[in-house]
Amino acid sequence: MTLTLTLREQPEAPLEADVLTPDRLAAAEDVAALPVWHGNERARVGDFFAVSGAGDDVRLEGDLSRVGFVGAGMTAGRLTVAGDVGLHAGAGMRGGELHVEGDAGDWAGAGMRGGTLVVRGSAGSQLGGVYPGERAGMRGGEIVVHGDAGPRAGAGVRRGLIAVAGRLGEAAGLRMLAGTIVALGGLGPRAGAGMRRGSIVTMAPVTPLATFVFSCIYRPPFLRLYLRRLRALGLAVSHDLLDARYERWCGDGLELRRGEILILEA
Amino acid sequence: MKLHGAEIADTFAEAFPMWGSRVLITAATPAWALEAGRSMTGFATSVIGCKCEASIERELAGDETPDGRPGVSALLFAMDREGVGKRLVERVGQCVLTSPTAACFNGVDAEDTVDVGGQLRFFGDGYQASKVLDGQRFWRVPVMEGEFLVQERFGVVKGVAGGNIIMLGRDAESALQAAEAAASAMRSVEGVIMPFPGGIARSGSKVGSRYSALPASTNDVLCPTLRGQIEHTDVPSDVEAVFEIVIDGLALEPVREAMRRGLVAAAKAGASHVTAGNYGGKLGPHHIYLRELMP
Repeated sequence: MTLTLTLREQPEAPLEADVLTPDRLAAAEDVAALPVWHGNERARVGDFFAVSGAGDDVRLEGDLSRVGFVGAGMTAGRLTVAGDVGLHAGAGMRGGELHVEGDAGDWAGAGMRGGTLVVRGSAGSQLGGVYPGERAGMRGGEIVVHGDAGPRAGAGVRRGLIAVAGRLGEAAGLRMLAGTIVALGGLGPRAGAGMRRGSIVTMAPVTPLATFVFSCIYRPPFLRLYLRRLRALGLAVSHDLLDARYERWCGDGLELRRGEILILEA
Repeated sequence: MKLHGAEIADTFAEAFPMWGSRVLITAATPAWALEAGRSMTGFATSVIGCKCEASIERELAGDETPDGRPGVSALLFAMDREGVGKRLVERVGQCVLTSPTAACFNGVDAEDTVDVGGQLRFFGDGYQASKVLDGQRFWRVPVMEGEFLVQERFGVVKGVAGGNIIMLGRDAESALQAAEAAASAMRSVEGVIMPFPGGIARSGSKVGSRYSALPASTNDVLCPTLRGQIEHTDVPSDVEAVFEIVIDGLALEPVREAMRRGLVAAAKAGASHVTAGNYGGKLGPHHIYLRELMP
C-alpha cells in the first residue's frame, strides 16, 4: 500500500518538512495535520499537499526543490520523491530507503547514520557532509548518486559509503575520518585535504595534493566487494574496473597519513 | 536387507552435535583458492587428534563468492563454539593469510559468531585498516604481496558430526572402489564434509584402548587380519577389507542425505556389505538407521 502526497503548488517560501518520513507519516492519525514550517510560519502538511492512500511506502509527487528536510531522520520504510528535492534530504537518516528521482539540494544525507539514499540526478554540495559544530559527518549507510555531486562531498565522514557515477566537486572527503567515497567520473581539486583515515577512489586521472605520498600500484581486494555492491545498488560498474590496478596514494601527510586515494591506473 | 547385491545391516549411525562454520576462500585463480583451502583444512581428520575436523566442501565459481573471484568453501567443526573460533584463527592465519592472492569470508549466516578477522588484524602491526560494508566489517591487513582481506566475524552453528557408513568388500580393490564411489556421491550434497583423506578412513576406531593414554584405538572387530585372533569379529568370512566414511554436516538432514547417496553408490559399486558405526545409542542423540535410507 502506498501513501501518496502531491504538492499542489510551489510554496512561496522554502518549506521545512522533516515530518515527511515513512515512519512519522505511518504513525500519524491525520497526515494532513502534521506540522511544517513555511518560511518562519507554522503550517500543516495539508496546506501544501494532497494526501491519498496509506502505508510506509511513501511517494511524494511534484517539484519539491523548495521543500527541505524530506526524509531527514527517517528510520525505516521507503520514501520516493518523484522529482527534485530541496536541502537536507535524508539528513541524519538512520534506516530505510530514500529514492530521489530528480536532483537533490545541498546537505543531502548530511550526518546520515544508516539506510540508503539514492539520487537519480545530481546532488548539491556537502553530500553526506558534516554540519558545523558536529564532530563527524556521515556515520553509516550508503549514498548513491547517478549524476554529479557538488563541493565537499563526504566532508567529515566517519563511516559509510558515498558513490557518485559522475564527478565530485572540489575538496571531496575534506577532513574525512574514515569511510569510503567512490567517484566513478573523477575528482575535483583538493580531494582528501586533511583526511585522517578512509578511502577515496576515482576512475579518472587526478593529481593528489602534495601532502599525499605514492605507495604502489596494486589490486585492492576490498575494492572488488565495494564495486560489486555498487552494481547491486544500480550503478554501471564494468568488469574491467573490478580487475583493474589502482595507484595508492597515502595521506593526508598533514594529519595521520592513514587515509588513501586510489586512482585507476591509466 | 539387500541393495544391488550388497547386504545392508539393520543398524544405525550414531551422530552427535558439534559446532561448525563455513569459510569461503577466494583467490586470483581456482588453483590458488584450492591450494589455500587444502592448506587450511590439512591435518583435520578427527577432533580426537586434530582438535577439529575440516575439509573442502566444494569449489565455487566467481558468481558464488563475495568478491567475484573463484574460490572454495570449507567446513570446520569443533566440540564447542570457542573451539571453532580458535581453530579458525589458527588456520586462517597460518594458511589463508599466507597464501598468495587469497581472501577469506564468512560463509554461513548465523546468530552466533566468532571473531576471526578481528584477531588476525593484529598481524598488521598497526597498519591494518577496516571497512564496513552492508553491516559487515572486513579487515585489510598489509602483506608483502599487497593486502590480505578477511571478514571480521564468522557464523557458527550447532551441526552434526559422526554420520558414517562402513563398506565391506570381498577384496581390498572392490572395497576401495565402493568407498570411492560413495565418497564421490556424498560430495554432491551441500553442507557436509568427509574429513578423512579423500573422504575415506581405513582405520575406523573404537572408544578407548588397553593403553590408558589413548582415547581411541583400532576397531578390532572390523579388522580382517584379526579375524583369527579375537573371540568376536564383525568381519564376514568372505570379506577382506573394510572402509569407513565419516560425515560432518551443518545440519542433520544433509548428513542423512549424504549417507543415503553414499549407501546407494557403495552398493552399486560392488560393496559386499554396508553397515554403520554406533556406540549402542549412548553417545549421540542422532540415530540414522540404514533401513530408513534405503531407496
